[in-house]
Amino acid sequence: MELIWNLCEILFIEVAPAGPLLLHLLDWVRLHVCEVDSLSADVLGSENPSKHESFWNLVTILVLQGRLDEARQMLSKEADTSPTSAGMCRTLGDLMRTMPILSPGNTQTLTELELKWQHWHEECERHLQDGTFTSSPHLETLCKIMLGDEAALLEQKELLNNWYHFLVTRLLYSHPTVKPMDLHLYAQSSLDLFLGGESSPEPLDNILMAAFEFDIHQVIKECSIALSNWWFVAHLTDLLDHCKLLQSHNLYFGSNMREFLLLEYASGLFAHHSLWQLGVDYFDYCPELGRVSLELHIERIPLNTEQKALKVLRICEQRQMTEQVRSICKILAMKAVRNNRLGSALSWSIRAKDAAFATLVSDRFLMDYCDRGCFSDLDLIDNLGPAMMLSDRLTFLGKYREFHRLYGEKRFVDAASLLLSLMTSQIAPRSFWMTLLTDALPLLEQKQVIFSAEQTYELMRCLEDLTAGRPVRGEPDAQRLQDDDIETTKVEMLRLALARNLARAIIREGSLEGS
Amino acid sequence: MGEIYAKFVSQKISKTRWRPVPPGSLQTAETFATGSWDNEENYVSLWSIGDFGNLDSDGGFEGDHQLLCDIRHHGDVMDLQFFDQERIVAASSTGCVTIFLHHPNNQTLSVNQQWTTAHYHTGPGSPSYSSAPCTGIVCDNPEIVTVGEDGRINLFRADHKEAVRTINNADSSTLHAVTFLRTPEILTVNSIGQLKIWDFRQQGNEPSQILSLTGDRVPLHCVDRHPSQQHVVATGGQDGMLSIWDVRQGTMPVSLLKAHEAEMWEVHFHPSNPDHLFTCSEDGSLWHWDASTDVPEKSSLFHQGGRTSTFLSHSISNQANVQQSLISSWLSTDTTKDRIEITSLLPSRTLSVNSLDVLGPCLVCGTDAEAIYVTRQLFV
Repeated sequence: MELIWNLCEILFIEVAPAGPLLLHLLDWVRLHVCEVDSLSADVLGSENPSKHESFWNLVTILVLQGRLDEARQMLSKEADTSPTSAGMCRTLGDLMRTMPILSPGNTQTLTELELKWQHWHEECERHLQDGTFTSSPHLETLCKIMLGDEAALLEQKELLNNWYHFLVTRLLYSHPTVKPMDLHLYAQSSLDLFLGGESSPEPLDNILMAAFEFDIHQVIKECSIALSNWWFVAHLTDLLDHCKLLQSHNLYFGSNMREFLLLEYASGLFAHHSLWQLGVDYFDYCPELGRVSLELHIERIPLNTEQKALKVLRICEQRQMTEQVRSICKILAMKAVRNNRLGSALSWSIRAKDAAFATLVSDRFLMDYCDRGCFSDLDLIDNLGPAMMLSDRLTFLGKYREFHRLYGEKRFVDAASLLLSLMTSQIAPRSFWMTLLTDALPLLEQKQVIFSAEQTYELMRCLEDLTAGRPVRGEPDAQRLQDDDIETTKVEMLRLALARNLARAIIREGSLEGS
Repeated sequence: MGEIYAKFVSQKISKTRWRPVPPGSLQTAETFATGSWDNEENYVSLWSIGDFGNLDSDGGFEGDHQLLCDIRHHGDVMDLQFFDQERIVAASSTGCVTIFLHHPNNQTLSVNQQWTTAHYHTGPGSPSYSSAPCTGIVCDNPEIVTVGEDGRINLFRADHKEAVRTINNADSSTLHAVTFLRTPEILTVNSIGQLKIWDFRQQGNEPSQILSLTGDRVPLHCVDRHPSQQHVVATGGQDGMLSIWDVRQGTMPVSLLKAHEAEMWEVHFHPSNPDHLFTCSEDGSLWHWDASTDVPEKSSLFHQGGRTSTFLSHSISNQANVQQSLISSWLSTDTTKDRIEITSLLPSRTLSVNSLDVLGPCLVCGTDAEAIYVTRQLFV
């Protein structure tokens, strides 16, 4: 992958012109074909390097990679040990030294370089023709390589290892001033020559070919097919897009190719159990479809602990995704209610500012109270604080609990007025009115008069509202009859108590105070 | 502060804890444990930092931490505590509490004891068994107290198979963290913003005291007690607010300090210099709060590049007659006298910093960006 990336850097981003192009390609090859270093360590480490079995291999590779200085050093070692070939070694070494290359910072023009190189090439040719190197086949091969002789190069297939190495070496020794435009011709021919029709090109070869042809889209397409995930293409496309190399192309599926690939990559991240946090950042950088995709994905992250849920919610809140916050909180609150964790449910609905759910939780509490006659989770209800305002039902719950507390503290007058206000202010659900009235019963029966006449009238009005609203029932069954009986008894008792209280209240209010 | 070293470890770190040094020894902290989360396979690992003054051949990297050993852990590691020199207690998101034993001779970790159904929503007896994550642990040899999302408090003793004491439905919301006040008393914080003090000497299932903030019920995520003054407690909340409480007086916090921009995950008093407090948060920062009175000289030596700012504490209780011989600088209500220096310790903002621990001059923290940061020169 690094191979492809570096090549793309050289060709697309640096856009090297004719001369330096070759140098960059040489660096590229040297970076990625690395056996040279281990081999040279091997050979140099041995006692007698020039007698090492891989010695000539090493020298050949050095020449193939254009590392002529090192090759010369090797040759001088050989010259030291075998005086017969010393002369030849020196000549070859001189040839190596005098090879004209374009060094960075050098101000010679391309034409100058061409001329010089032509001269040098002819000199090498002359040496070969003269037979200077005939006595040493190794040195002769080296000279042929330096002349760019294709046959000689092809003989070194094993050392070259792959066709792009062959390409670069070939260019080095036959067309050092190659222009970027012509690169693909040489690439194609190198590929064909190297493979020699024995094997078909592999995906990597296709990718590199597409790169040499400067066809960015083809490169991306081939990479997408060949590589197993979207990481490489997403980042490469992003880089190229930032260099403004992709904009001239108009894609038929509408959105930008960079965005498409980034979306694919980020979606892949979300499918991973722990990399979803990174995916968020990627979505942030997709201008068109990023936010929508993030909204869809973030709701679907599996949440098995509250801590993870909190992190997800923080991400949503930072991006003002209130819908998602609400839906996630609702899911968590439902889970909490199912597990009977009413306090957690309430805190989730407070976070989502979800009045409807708060109403649901309060209804649960009230139902519990009706079933059991006492409140569960008093710590929560007693300490609701301003959260009470979230929903009417919740406010009612809080106030009702307060009523019970006041009653427990024997502050009956306060309790009574609270009870009345609960009924008259319409925040009590109708279904609960009967319970409230029944709660009023002991207050009505107290020895001292607690409810004033006005208040008693109010209570009576509520009772009448309640009983008047009862519709005529259809087929009454036994259970219904029994319930009706209980209801009627309760209503009668209430009426009696209210009437008695009214009487006492009128008397008390009517009589003069203090007399 | 001196150098801080980062190491990327390919797992999101949820908890980091220093191994305690034997009391009375002159050693500094050398080993720490980490727990990971959100992976398919989570690990509890032990790391060691290099020897002092042992320069590498490169001349650097002397503080780089190395993995000693690790062991698989089921579920996310929700909390981690050292029980003693060799044993680590881990709380899991599967509701299981495990004690791991470290064998120093062959550098391995093994499971010593496990309570698999410490926390659950519906019990192991019923057909619809569902477990609940265990969210907090605190240890005081030989006792371990755990709390969880099921609102339950368990008191375990090492080597006892069953819980010594369980308070079911201690809270109707999630309990996030727990700490010891005095030995039979613990303090828990929950997700409706309440602190509750429980006394294990009492038989009932009711807390002996409840403290909370009026105003919005912001969930509290972490709590730590002052090392020497056992009535001073610091809590961190979901809105990043740091609160200091005095549990003996009133039900309101003594001071509220606006701190981070997102949930505060951990707060720690420095165990030997309690004038220093450390907090870390979801917003990716780690802050050092210095309330010591001789502030001016120190400010110039603080970490270069760190953000230094001064906040005045808002005090909301008017306790005019605080008459103790040792007035904690955290509780002092005189706003002109009390300046707190705050420094951000991490070099750049990262993903959430989930956990931190301090011991002596050493600090370790772990982040969601899969990195562990260590410094051994906290007070340079």
